[in-house]
Amino acid sequence: MKNNILIIGGGPAGLEASAQLQRMGYNVILIEKSPKLGGHLAKWDRLFPDSVPADEVLGSLLRGAEGVKCFTDTDVRAINRLDKSYNVRLTNGITVLSDAVLVASGFDLFDAVKKEEYGYGIYDQVMTNADLEAYFKTGSDPRIEHPGRIGFAHCVGSRDEKAGCRSCSKVCCATAVKQAIEVKQAFPKAEVYCFYMDLRLFGRHYEDIYLKAQKEYGVRFIRGRVAEVSENYDGTLLVKAEDTVAGKPLKVTLDLLVLMAGMRPSASGKAIGDLLEMQVEEDGYFAVRGGIAAGQRSPIPGIFLAGAATGPKTLPETLADARAAAMEVDRYLTEIFPDAKNYKQLVKERW
Amino acid sequence: MVDFGFTLVPSSRINLDLFDKEKYEELVSMEPDVRICMACGSCTAVCTAGKFVHTSLREAMEDIFNAKTDNALESLRACQLCGKCAMVCPRGINTRHLIMSITKVYSKK
Ligand SMILES: Cc1cc2nc3c(=O)[nH]c(=O)nc-3n(C[C@H](O)[C@H](O)[C@H](O)COP(=O)(O)OP(=O)(O)OC[C@H]3O[C@@H](n4cnc5c(N)ncnc54)[C@H](O)[C@@H]3O)c2cc1C
Ligand code: SF4
Ligand code: SF4
Ligand code: SF4
Repeated sequence: MKNNILIIGGGPAGLEASAQLQRMGYNVILIEKSPKLGGHLAKWDRLFPDSVPADEVLGSLLRGAEGVKCFTDTDVRAINRLDKSYNVRLTNGITVLSDAVLVASGFDLFDAVKKEEYGYGIYDQVMTNADLEAYFKTGSDPRIEHPGRIGFAHCVGSRDEKAGCRSCSKVCCATAVKQAIEVKQAFPKAEVYCFYMDLRLFGRHYEDIYLKAQKEYGVRFIRGRVAEVSENYDGTLLVKAEDTVAGKPLKVTLDLLVLMAGMRPSASGKAIGDLLEMQVEEDGYFAVRGGIAAGQRSPIPGIFLAGAATGPKTLPETLADARAAAMEVDRYLTEIFPDAKNYKQLVKERW
Repeated sequence: MVDFGFTLVPSSRINLDLFDKEKYEELVSMEPDVRICMACGSCTAVCTAGKFVHTSLREAMEDIFNAKTDNALESLRACQLCGKCAMVCPRGINTRHLIMSITKVYSKK
């Protein structure tokens, strides 16, 4: 008997872990609540830092997970712990007996409507990072018609106690720099401003795109958080911030403001967490067992975690986390079910 | 040290040796949130008085840390305690109380 493993969430983390565990010989069941696989990656156009098309990356993840039993439009209805395994009832009526469960429920984009002073959903010319990705993917958005002046507001719904999120979302500085370059490529005459508190460009090649944005594209970086936005009679936006380097309040009229909405814990992930009584930390993301050196085990035996479900991560970090989770699941199953036909026996048979 | 015959004018130099820890602790005991400002500048950007006269809570705090408390008072002199800055502060600082506390502590000579 091959062990059954249930993976909840068909984003990059769930797909990569499925592929790895299937290769190890396990019987993987992947469920995704939305109609299609890919998670947030399916919404992005090009990826920082090297502008690879998101579709290409998604395509290779999907190919890797071929053969995995996938149920889309499917969530968990109920979950019970048996002696060693979990009995999981899915919303599609199927019940799965699973020896390990990997929660890869990812994140939700911060709902920018909540940051009312920025006017998303109120003023026509305010959009989010996700809206801009959609524009690049489809080539149309009524808000974008040869904009002359474009601003990027960093830290929207992140590093903001009032928005209920103290932490940094990690990916949005790099996204802002990437998108600033992309709008300059699309509209070379446009003036582009980035309003930041700190530029967190920590990853490999990230500083390079920052330099490129300055040197080749003339993007202006202003150190000050966007404080408020109002709409002028002609539909343009009046944006206020302090240029904290100059020590002076600043205003600028813009044709378009792009909000760098941050990452929040997934609401449907939280619902799973509630069913399992899983521990979350103060930031709302799932707690991992054993802290810094631990990784991908939850405090509950047999329940594993991967990807943005345990906090903001870039795509390469998510994939590395998913591979590590697959290793952890394998270690656990070979210890708990030593008599089961796992990949080690498969290797012996096939060799 | 060799004296080369020129120095910076004191007003354009930051000298952390002049920082008055006792007064600062007095301020902290009145309003601990002075410690948590992230220097984002939102308060200064929306300041109603700042439209007319240089007014900046962010700068005032920096001046306190840099032992320039007279500048700090100057940066808050025109404040009308309207509270608009409290609405935008991402760290949720009670800015009006902070401004009053700064004025109380550093006006005493
Ligand atoms: C604006 C923005 C731009 C980004 N651009 C880049 C970039 O250019 N380069 C880069 O490296 N990274 C980028 N990232 C980060 C990247 O998107 C994440 O690292 C990645 O999406 C995380 O993958 P994940 O699988 O953990 O989560 P997700 O992508 O969120 O996928 C989780 C999946 O789980 C599903 N799910 C949730 N709950 C349930 C449930 N109860 N039952 C069933 N299914 C469920 C969801 O529907 C979703 O499909 C960006 C992030 C943002 C916010
Ligand atoms: S990555 Fe940058 S924009 Fe995003 S929350 Fe962190 S500092 Fe703000
Ligand atoms: S309370 Fe004072 S510092 Fe704050 S916005 Fe009003 S006038 Fe400006
Ligand atoms: S708004 Fe708050 S955190 Fe930002 S500079 Fe002012 S006091 Fe500091």
